[in-house]
Amino acid sequence: MAEQMEYLLAGKGGDVGIALSLRIRALKKSFADVRAVDGIDLDVGAGECFGLLGPNGAGKTTTIEICEGLTAPDSGTVELLGLNWQTGAEALRQRIGIQLQETQFPDKLTVAEVLRLFRSFYRQGITVDDAIKTSQLEEKRRARVGGLSGGQKQRLAMATALVGDPELLFLDEPTTGLDPQARRHLWDLVEDLKRAGRTIILTTHYMEEAERLCDRVAIMDHGKVIALGTPQELIDTVGGEDIVEFAVGSGAPKPGSAPKMVGTAALTAIPGVQSHREDNGLHQLSVSELHTAVPRIFAALEDQGLHLSEFRTHSATLEDVFVRLTGRTLRDE
Amino acid sequence: MSRFELSSLYQLTLSRFKLTLREPEAIFWIFVFPILLALGLGIAFRNRPPDVLPVGATTPQLVQALAGDRGLKATQMDEAAGAAALATGKIVLLAEQGADGVVFRYDDTNPDARTARMLADRAIQTAAGRRDPVQAQNQLVHEKGSRYIDFVVPGLLGMNLMGSAMWGLGFSIVDARMKKLLKRMVASPMPKWQYLMSYLFARLLLLVIEVVVLLGFARIVFGVPFRGPLAELALICILSSLTFSALGLLVASRARTIEAVSGLMNVVMMPMWIMSGVFFSPSRFPEFLQPFVQILPLTAAINAMRGNMLQGMQLGQMMTSLAILLAWFVLPFAVSIRIFRWR
Repeated sequence: MAEQMEYLLAGKGGDVGIALSLRIRALKKSFADVRAVDGIDLDVGAGECFGLLGPNGAGKTTTIEICEGLTAPDSGTVELLGLNWQTGAEALRQRIGIQLQETQFPDKLTVAEVLRLFRSFYRQGITVDDAIKTSQLEEKRRARVGGLSGGQKQRLAMATALVGDPELLFLDEPTTGLDPQARRHLWDLVEDLKRAGRTIILTTHYMEEAERLCDRVAIMDHGKVIALGTPQELIDTVGGEDIVEFAVGSGAPKPGSAPKMVGTAALTAIPGVQSHREDNGLHQLSVSELHTAVPRIFAALEDQGLHLSEFRTHSATLEDVFVRLTGRTLRDE
Repeated sequence: MSRFELSSLYQLTLSRFKLTLREPEAIFWIFVFPILLALGLGIAFRNRPPDVLPVGATTPQLVQALAGDRGLKATQMDEAAGAAALATGKIVLLAEQGADGVVFRYDDTNPDARTARMLADRAIQTAAGRRDPVQAQNQLVHEKGSRYIDFVVPGLLGMNLMGSAMWGLGFSIVDARMKKLLKRMVASPMPKWQYLMSYLFARLLLLVIEVVVLLGFARIVFGVPFRGPLAELALICILSSLTFSALGLLVASRARTIEAVSGLMNVVMMPMWIMSGVFFSPSRFPEFLQPFVQILPLTAAINAMRGNMLQGMQLGQMMTSLAILLAWFVLPFAVSIRIFRWR
């Protein structure tokens, strides 16, 4: 935790002697009339696992591909490991590992053949056997890529990013499209890499992935970073540890009576209720003292003569942070 | 791992070579198809022994006189039977004994019948004691190297080298681009020129198999001659293959879909299939088209191959063809490296 605080300070205060793996300043990139990346500043410290979280189209992939030297920015600077793509491209390629979204390796090569090929591009690195072991593909060593499952293909992509023993690893949506079991398998793999002290930068639109894997998260929307911090810090900004969601039934309103409205003032007056928002008839309260607040919420609704049609609570997540900041959910898009 | 295994150019070439060999369709088009084509053409245009023409005659004396020519097979029949045989095509000519000589009955629009008329007349006159004032002797030429199959094998070789290089490179490059594999490759420290070069090297490996299979078959089954130096023929094949690989690279350097690259390849290859003299001599095209026909890389390749195999020419005698091939290798390769789309 103390280490993380130092990185946070480094991020805010600039260069105070802590090794930065990635430093982005005022980065901008437009495609036609779409501003994909609209002025981003980020710092990632050595050994950190940093996540870019956001819905599809938020600019995560454009940002990470600029960092990977695959896309040229319109303006702004990117420094990796103290180098930049204009002058240090060749050295950088040797020192970073990249896993792209949706790469399909040739179906008719075997796992070992693909890794031997990628290993040959690096001056230094781990052996093909080690890469296979790390990515847990031992049984598939001689299998052709065409016969691998989605999760195995993704682990192979990870292995091709690891054969050069990179100091900095980029993972672009590593678990998109995988079933839950394959996703957990890949998370274990990333956690092993974290423990081995590698710097990892990953993009995802799964909040549980960011919460579980990342030391720090930048939430992106419409090309901008709208929140930055550890997952816990970000969740704390919601204002309560828990979220209460409810909807009121239409019941059978008496003819002539006004449609029933929820009196929000009565709800936010309850001790422990931090905020209220309504989305399409679904009410959300962020609550800090769930056990005392819930009975009072029931009572307040009863007083207003409202019937609950739905009621549930969950611990606050990064999803709630995103909802609070944008009014939309991550999965909407 | 050995140092060799750590060489990226070696690994790239090896992967490309394996990928081609693991593609069953490629094996058919590269190795089986040209053999089937050569076999079919060889059978269709095989040299037959001279035809023996069936004729009829009304008397035993005439039959005997006609039997003196090996080109005729005479049968005795009366006039009615002869007329029926003529009408049904069983004989092409009927020789009748007339009061003061011989009457030939035949259809003068039928070339076989006209030939039979000349042979029959000569045989009957000779049997009657004619002596020719000029003695003529025949020397028959059935030489290997002047048959149609000899002409068409170098054409097929050129066509095959063009097709396999262009399809082989075009499709696999565009496929790799569509699967975002190209993007993944340039995200690694791989030198880009090595990736493009590996396609050319893998082609050269396949070329050895391809050329040996097709020419070996032509040699063993049809006895097609190799009059020029084999090493020089190998050089011509390598240069041609590099040329067509570079063209394939150029065609595939920007295309994003298989449909697009297929269309482009047909545009590039169609004129050469028609005009470069695969199946017939390009000199049959009119004079004003000749500069265009001669500048085509396939024309140059086939000219060089025919020059080597059929005429026994040395490299020094085919400099124009070689220069055209070299130009078609260097320019497209240089351009495609510049405009190649990596993502």
